[in-house]
Formats: sequence, C-alpha cells, structure tokens
Amino acid sequence: MALELRDIHKHFGEVRANDGISLTVEAGTLHGLLGENGAGKSTLMKVLSGFHAADSGEVVLDGAPVRLASPDDAIAAGIGMLHQDPLVFLPFSVLDNFVLGAHAKGRLDRRQAAADLAELCERFGFDIPPDALARTLTVGERQQLEIVRLLWLGARVLILDEPTTGISESQRQKLFATLRTLAGDGMIVIFVSHKLEEVEQLCERVTVMRRGEVVGEAEMPVPAEQLVEMMFGQAVTAGDRPHVDLGAPRLELSDVRTGQGLLSGRPLSLTVREGEVLGLAGMEGSGQRTLLRICAGLEAPSSGRVVVGGADLTRKRYRGFLKAGVKYLPAGRLEEGLIAGLSITEHFVLASDERSFFVDWDAARNHARDRIGHYTIKGTDESPAEALSGGNQQRLLLAMLPPQLQVLLMEHPTRGLDIESADWVWEQLLERRSQGTAIVFASADLDELLRYADRIAVFFAGELLRIVDGPTATVDEIGLLMGGQVREAR
Amino acid sequence: MGGFFEAFLELFETTTAASIVAGAAPLLFAAIGETISEKAGVINLSLDGSMMLAALAGFVGAFETGSVWLGFPAAAAVGMAVALVVAFASIELRLNQVAVGFVLVLLCTELSVFLGASYVGRQPIGVSPLEIPLLSSIPFFGRVLFDHNLVVYAALASVLASYVFIYRTRKGLELQGVGERPEAAHARGVAVNRARYLYTAIGGALVGIAGAAFSLDVKLGWSDRPTRNLGWIALAIVIFGGWHPFRVAAGVFLFGALQAFALKLQPEFPNLTQVLPIIPFPAMILALVVVNWRSLVRWLDRYPALRAILRSDPPSAIGTHFEVD
Amino acid sequence: MSWRARFGAIALPVGLALVAAIFLLVVVARTNPWDPLRLLVEGSIGWPPFEERSAGRLSDTIMVWVPLVLASAGLVVTFAAGMWNIGIEGQIILGAIAATWVAREMTGLSRPVLILATIVAGAIGGLLWGMLAGVLRTQGGVNEIFAGLGLDFVALGLTTYLIIGPWKRAGIASTSGTDVFEREAWLPAVGNLRLSPLAVGIALASVVGVYLLLRGTRFGLRLKAVGRNRQSAFLMGIPTNRYLLGSFAICGALAGIAGTVQATGFHHKLVPAVSGGYGFLAILVVLLAAFRAPWVAPIAFFFAMIAVGSTQLQLRLDLNSSLGGVLQGVLVLFTLLGLGWRGYRALRTTPAAGAEP
Repeated sequence: MALELRDIHKHFGEVRANDGISLTVEAGTLHGLLGENGAGKSTLMKVLSGFHAADSGEVVLDGAPVRLASPDDAIAAGIGMLHQDPLVFLPFSVLDNFVLGAHAKGRLDRRQAAADLAELCERFGFDIPPDALARTLTVGERQQLEIVRLLWLGARVLILDEPTTGISESQRQKLFATLRTLAGDGMIVIFVSHKLEEVEQLCERVTVMRRGEVVGEAEMPVPAEQLVEMMFGQAVTAGDRPHVDLGAPRLELSDVRTGQGLLSGRPLSLTVREGEVLGLAGMEGSGQRTLLRICAGLEAPSSGRVVVGGADLTRKRYRGFLKAGVKYLPAGRLEEGLIAGLSITEHFVLASDERSFFVDWDAARNHARDRIGHYTIKGTDESPAEALSGGNQQRLLLAMLPPQLQVLLMEHPTRGLDIESADWVWEQLLERRSQGTAIVFASADLDELLRYADRIAVFFAGELLRIVDGPTATVDEIGLLMGGQVREAR
Repeated sequence: MGGFFEAFLELFETTTAASIVAGAAPLLFAAIGETISEKAGVINLSLDGSMMLAALAGFVGAFETGSVWLGFPAAAAVGMAVALVVAFASIELRLNQVAVGFVLVLLCTELSVFLGASYVGRQPIGVSPLEIPLLSSIPFFGRVLFDHNLVVYAALASVLASYVFIYRTRKGLELQGVGERPEAAHARGVAVNRARYLYTAIGGALVGIAGAAFSLDVKLGWSDRPTRNLGWIALAIVIFGGWHPFRVAAGVFLFGALQAFALKLQPEFPNLTQVLPIIPFPAMILALVVVNWRSLVRWLDRYPALRAILRSDPPSAIGTHFEVD
Repeated sequence: MSWRARFGAIALPVGLALVAAIFLLVVVARTNPWDPLRLLVEGSIGWPPFEERSAGRLSDTIMVWVPLVLASAGLVVTFAAGMWNIGIEGQIILGAIAATWVAREMTGLSRPVLILATIVAGAIGGLLWGMLAGVLRTQGGVNEIFAGLGLDFVALGLTTYLIIGPWKRAGIASTSGTDVFEREAWLPAVGNLRLSPLAVGIALASVVGVYLLLRGTRFGLRLKAVGRNRQSAFLMGIPTNRYLLGSFAICGALAGIAGTVQATGFHHKLVPAVSGGYGFLAILVVLLAAFRAPWVAPIAFFFAMIAVGSTQLQLRLDLNSSLGGVLQGVLVLFTLLGLGWRGYRALRTTPAAGAEP
C-alpha cells in the first residue's frame, strides 16, 4: 500500500499555497513533513483530509485514485487527520466524542462503543475514562481520543499536524510509541512538524516544503543543518547596518511568566534599550505573541515585573501602557488595527490626541491629505480602510502612530507586502529607532530578522529558548533554534 | 400569609395539577421546538409571530375541513416555512438571525390578524378528550398526566422524544455537534448546513404545532393575537432551561404553576395575575448572568454540584454562520 | 453603493411590498386594491394630501411620528455602537412611568416647570433602563437582545402593576389606565388637537442632534469605531465598554422622552400598552433607513401614516387595520433579504482575497 500525491495545486487568490506537489508515502513508514510557516504543509494536509478541494492534481491510494471533495470522502477512503487543536467537542463526554461522526453507522450502541474504546485505549496504554468530559482532558489526552477514534473508523492513513504542541513529555513519548506501533502495523503515518529533533527521532523519511513546493526529500538520518538549509534556503548577506548607540533601557521584563500555557515555564527576563531593535523568531504559536501582549499590557503576567522607561507598569491596564508610550501593532491589520468602513481621514482623527468635542472635518481632511502624501499611501482621504491594499494599510497604521514612542511592538511588519512597501516600512521603523524608540518585532521571515534585528530572541515550544546577536547570527543557527536544537553555530 | 401557604398547597390538588399540565401543551411544543433549532446553532427568534400565524393556520385548517386533526399539519407547515426563512437568510445570505427573526415576529403577527379577521368568533373546534385506561387510575399521577387528550400526550411525549433523540441517538449527537463546534462536525463528515436546515425546519414545525395546540385545545377558536407573548415566554424558558428538554419542560411547568398560584391568590392579591407572566424574563436574565458573568462563573466552577444545577452553557456556535474555508 | 444600486435597494422592496399588499387585498380580502391604498393616505394626511378638514388626522399622524422618530433616533446611536437595543420598548415604558410619577406627584409646580420636569424625568427613567441593559451586556456578558427583551417585559409588568395597584383609579382597579393627568401636566397642544409643537420640536432636534453627534463629534466617531470593530477600537485606546454604555444611555433617554410624549401628550394618562409598540416599529424604521439619521424622519413619517391611516380601513372599508403592519413587515423583510442577496452575490463573484495560505 502506498499514498501518492500527484501534482497537487491549490491557490487562495494570488497565493499559491501548493504549487505542483508530488509525493509518495509508503505503507509502514513514518513520514515527516517539514517546512517553515506558510510553506504550504497545512494546506496540503487539508487537501488530503478533504477540508479543501485541490484546484488540480490527484491523490492515489493503493493504486486507485480517490475523490476527496469533503472530509466525508477522506474518512471513507481511510484517511484520518489529527488537527493541531484536536477537533473534539468540549462539553461532550469522551464516549460521545468517540461515537460522533457520520461514518460510525448503525444504531448507537454505547456499550459496544465503550468496549471498543476500552480495547483501543488498552492497546496503546491510553487512560481516558469514557465518562469524562472532553473539557477536562489535557490536549494530549484529546489527541489520544482523536487517534483511537480515527482508528476505530478504519483509518489507514493518519496525518498529524504539529501534534506535540502543548503536550507533556510523557504524553509525547506515548504518542511516539503509538505512532511507531501503527507504522509497524503497516499504516501510513504523516507527521507534520517543525521540530527537527522529533523528526529525527521518529521519522524514516522526510519531505521538506518551501513556498508551496517540495524542495527536498531524504531518508533519515540527515544532519539537521541540511534540513534547515532546505527549509529556509540560502542565507542572504545582511546589508550594512548603520551604527546606533544604545541608550537607556526602554523596556525591561524581569522574571516574567504566565499562569498557564505559553511562557508559563522558565521566568523570562530581557531588556530592550533606546534605539535597539529586538527580533522575535520562532514557529507560529511559540510564545512570541504572548510576549508582545505582555509588553503591551494586554495580558498581565502571573509573576515578574514590566518596566517601561523606568516606570513600573506591572498589572497596569492597557491604556496605562498606551499613555506610557507603548504601542502594539498586531498582525491582523484589518482585524486588530484598522476599522473597516471608516475612511483614512476618520482613522487619523481617531488616532489624534485632540480633545475638542466637535471634529473640524475640513482641517482633518487637510491633515489626512498631508499625511497621505507624506507616507505615500495609495488612496484618498475618503478611502475606507478595507479598500486599501495590505501595504497601504500598513502605511496607514504607521502614519497613525504618535510622534513620540518609548516602545513599538510589531507583529509581522512586512507580511504579505511587496518589496517596495516592505522596504518602506523598515525605513520608517529605522527612522523611529534612530529617534530613540525601542522596537520589538515578531517575524516568520528569517531574512527580515537577520537584516534588521540587533538581537534575536528565539522561541520554541512556548518558551524563550535563547537570545542571539543579530549581526553575527546565521540562518542555520536560527533555524536550528526554531526547531528546538541548541547547538553552537558552526 | 396563611393565604400564600394554602394556595401553595392547592397546587398539589389533582385538579389544579392536571390543569397545569393540560395548559402547558403549547409552551412545551414551542420551547422544545426552539430547543432543537438552537441546539443545532440556529436562533429562531420569530417564535412569537410564527406561533401566532400557525395558530391561525391550525384553526382555519380544522374549520374549513371540519376535521380537527387536519389543523395540525397546516400549522406545522406554516411554522416550518417561517423557520426555513430564518435558516435560509442565515445560511445562504449570512444575515443576522436575530434581525430576520425579529422582523418575522412583527410580520407574522400582523399577517395573522389580517388573514384571520374573517375567522374571529367562528365556531371553535376542539380536540376531544382521551383518557388512557389503566394509567389514568394511578392515584394522583393518573389524573394529572393521563386524563387529557392526544395533544397533551403528544406534548409530553415530545419532551421525552427530543431528549432521547438529542442525547441517546447518533443523529442527535450530530445535531449537538453542529451547534457546538461546526468545524469539528464537518471534519467528521457531518453536512453542517444541511443539518441546520433540517433541525430548524423540525423545530419550526413543532412551534407551528404549538400554535395549533393553542387554538384547537387551550383557548379554542380564533381571536385577535391569541398567543400574544407566548412565543417570547417560550424563548425565555429555553434559555432558563439551559437548552435541555427536561429542564425546559420543568421551566414550562414551573411557569404554569406560578400562574395557577397567582389565580388562587387572586382574592387576596388581585394584581398578581397581571404581573406574573413576566416572571420567566427576569429568570432568563438571571440564567444568562449565571452563564456569562465571569467572576461568578469562576466562583461557581469551584462548586461543581451547585454549578450543575445553576449553570448550563448555550451551544457554543449558536447564532453563527458556518462555511468551509 | 452606486446610485442605481441604492435605487434598487429602496425601489425593489417597496415594489414587492406593494405587490404583496395588493395580492392580499385582491386574493384574501377580495376587494379592489386602490381604494384601501388611497385610504391609507387619506386617513393619515388627507386626500388630497394636507387638505384642511383632515387636520385632526394629520395631527394624530404627527403625534405618532414623534415617539417613533425619538425612538428611531436613539436606535441609530445604539446600532452605530453595534448593539441591538431590543430593550427600547421597556425604555419607552420607563420614561412614561417616570413622567407619570412627576405628573401625579409634583402638581404644585408651575406649568412650564412641571412639563420640563416630566420630560427630564422621562429621559432619566429611560436612560436608567437602557443603562441596565448596557451594564448586563458589558459587565454581565448577557447578550443585549435577550437582556433587552427581558427588561421589556419587566417594564410591561411594572406598568400593569402600577395601574392596577398603587396608581389605580379611585374606586376601581381597571387595566384601562390611571386617572387622566391634571391638564397642567399635558404637553401644550394646538387648539383641540393633540398636536404638540414642543414634542415635534424635540423630535426634530433629536434627529438633528443624533446626526450631528455621529457625523460631527469625536464621541460619535469613536462610537462608530467601537460598533464596527471593537477589537481595533480597544487597541486604539478607546474605552469600549464606556462607549457602549454611553450609547445605551443616549438611546434610553430619547426613548424615555418618547414615553413621556406618549403619556403626557397622547394618552394623558398611563396605560398598560403605553409604548404603542413604537419601540419595535422604530427598529424596523432604522433597518429600513440603513441606520442613517436623516432618513429616519421621512421613513418614520411613512410608517406613522400607515399606522394612522390603516385604522381608517377598519372604519370605512371593514378591512382589518393590520394591513398596515403587514405592509411594514414585508417592506423591511424584503429590504433585509435584498441586502443579504447583494452581499451574497458580491461574495460569490469576487475571488476570496487574502485567504490564509
């Protein structure tokens, strides 16, 4: 038995998420799928599990082409997918979750189902009581529930999307043992991950994807450095950096940690100085966003202190942080930054700190036109925010920033922007930096991190793993760290 | 204060208890119907109007054909049609369910008055009583539960049947899944929007039958806006009842008991009967506060037993649209 | 929206509503449809319009228009904040109750002061009731629709209780209402008509005020920001909960004044259905006005015409007056569906841009 993907294409608008993917997975193997954020892994797996229909291409299982127009088809074909956030129904019991699904036909025989569940759990050494509510299970246990459910439905192909995020070490070991058993029984197991160590430990073959294409395949073991090179490509040489003298601390975190989830482990301390650019690297969901939210006052750490420009703001509200000169620009420009339906002029009025009751619209429009020209935004003073392109939305967001800032926090400053806009954004940010603003930005783009950050904080599995020096860092080093491998750089 | 206590005791007299059960049929049908569609994630806010229009359809159907039983399918069809408008507007046009439901309340109410104008005061038709032999001779409960007519039995059965269906069958689990986490239901091969159409239609049909149960059983005949506010009350009871058929039914009976109670107290407190119909609403608000108020929720989570009694979460995906991608 | 699209958005539902009304008249009521439709106009503003003998009807139409406009203007504010203030009926009722309390208890005041006091009291009553729904929403996390609905019925119960309890007419407890207020407390009116220039002035001022508030002030702009995207607005530093509460306060106050007008300008006493259903009707008005203040005044007038004119159907043609309500409902339903249909078409014809990779 083998699973073959032939020339799969899938695009969303302009984005070619999958651009001619061909891939063969033999039965009885544990097959790893590696790639950085946005490489197209998830899209490919969603195509395979019937969530997205491919634009073109073919999936062949056991030599016969299968139609995958819906999850229904995928289940019928014996393809089961374990999503990163297990798709269980939280208020339902384990047993109800187990039996719920269109392919478990026939009368609902809870006793028989419970017996089957117990047998499967026994076989893999899982301990999930059938009466427990899914809400009370850990993420690892929810995964176990999903695995036995998919097996019960007769899955022959099991896809796991980043399954080790948020589970304990013992659960991870149990999961790996289970996957080895299943592969040993002749199943096809596809393990999607960015954790190099896990792929090394577990997989017999890996496929590496980058920008919607397969860029390499290899029998394990392969040196991690080689995998990293395939994932991120060749390093670009960082351009010349203007020398900026670092000044007084602008943002100081000391022994900060959260109560649960991301950043709840080792207490985290770091200082960002006047004129410094700190980059945050890591796979999506490794804790960068949580750090930014703590720095912005949107989340209160359970312990530790947050100091901005010498003033202790720990446990102050978000608006207190704003007043202190901290500004946060999240990734969702139209979701968490701009307001669809309001014009550019209205955005500038909202951003201004004037307090008069009435708005002088003529003055506001003039001011807006002025800014539009100055920030080269493609749009008029009447253009609604949603009509602007991504690059122009980012320009508008930067144009709305108050003139003086202590700390600027940004998520993916140039994601989805054309090169011209991206360069422009960084011109603006570096200008701010030279005025003394401390800049902290999270990015999935290693080139961007290496080119602009003075230091790079790398996150892995919900913790700050290491802070490296920007000018001397290499793609390999960061890539390895993002995959959880702490090694001295070559 | 003695009057209060006596009146309270009288609630447990066979005739009073039986009348509470008899009068509860419309609210039971409506609240169970609404529970089913809300469990699937669709708020059919049109209840107060669709029930009224269905009450008319039920009466007209029975009046024109001379057969009381033909009134019920007519009413069910009307309730279903209105519910399908809500489902269509939500699923296909992605309109706000509340907005559409709300407009339908006003529209259906007025439409029932207009269409029913010529039927006001016409010869009423009622469902004939049907005592269930043996069962009705059980002391107290026999008279209270088993000495009514088919409509009342069907209402009671709908409570039991909806419970069994929702919680004890595979399709019922799917129904809950669709309202709880549609993307997970989709991943398990359940056709989410098809299920929503289906259960909204079934729920709507029950709301329709509720209307007919009113005009053909509880208050016979047709008059201006006969079921006024009953739909809103049913909606409130669904929330108060935490989207569970048994608790919803308990809410309906509690409401009936309160009304009977007020009636008993009428000589002493003549104002009570007028004010009582509002009781479900503060109760609904209270239930919602218990579900949503964060600090209270956190406090309750420490006392699981108390939590189980007081708190019941709405279907997570209620009122939302679902679309793949 | 292009001019053509906007025309379609209005003309199509109006056309369909007329077709539905004509259908009902011809098929159900079996009459010729023109007389009733003309009567709707004649019964509300006269035929030919505004002729002298129909001053009484026109006055009544205007006095229906007043609370409808007040409530609609208030709702424009809550809708701007993204809130469905279904509790508006209750806010009208509480306004009427507060005004009644002043009218009954403060009879010693001079007339202008007393009338001002009823209006202020009404505004405060509605405001508090509105804030209650707002607090339940912002602090308790209770959906404003259900909170509002519940509070509507509580207000209704409260009126009934007051009318048959503490404020019952001497000797008899009847649900027909309290004793008629002293004339001192009546809103000053023109001649023997109900028409109160003061009320009309307040109604017009409310529309203009709301228009200016949303169009010209920082508060209004921030409120719109909160209504369109609460997350972005919060991140911009706008205290979103305070703005939501503010919208409920403003709407409640305007609704409360509408209640005052109903009590002291129309019924001259407190009656159980004192709101006249104008709160719910106002929701339809605002939906039809696409949430814009300037449109509220003419559409409310159209609705008031239907409401008053349709009572003539009953008297003159023995047709049920609910035809007016049907017409309003169909109109709004088709407008909504049309809105959704265009959104649907737009969604299907443009490729999904910016979807996650």
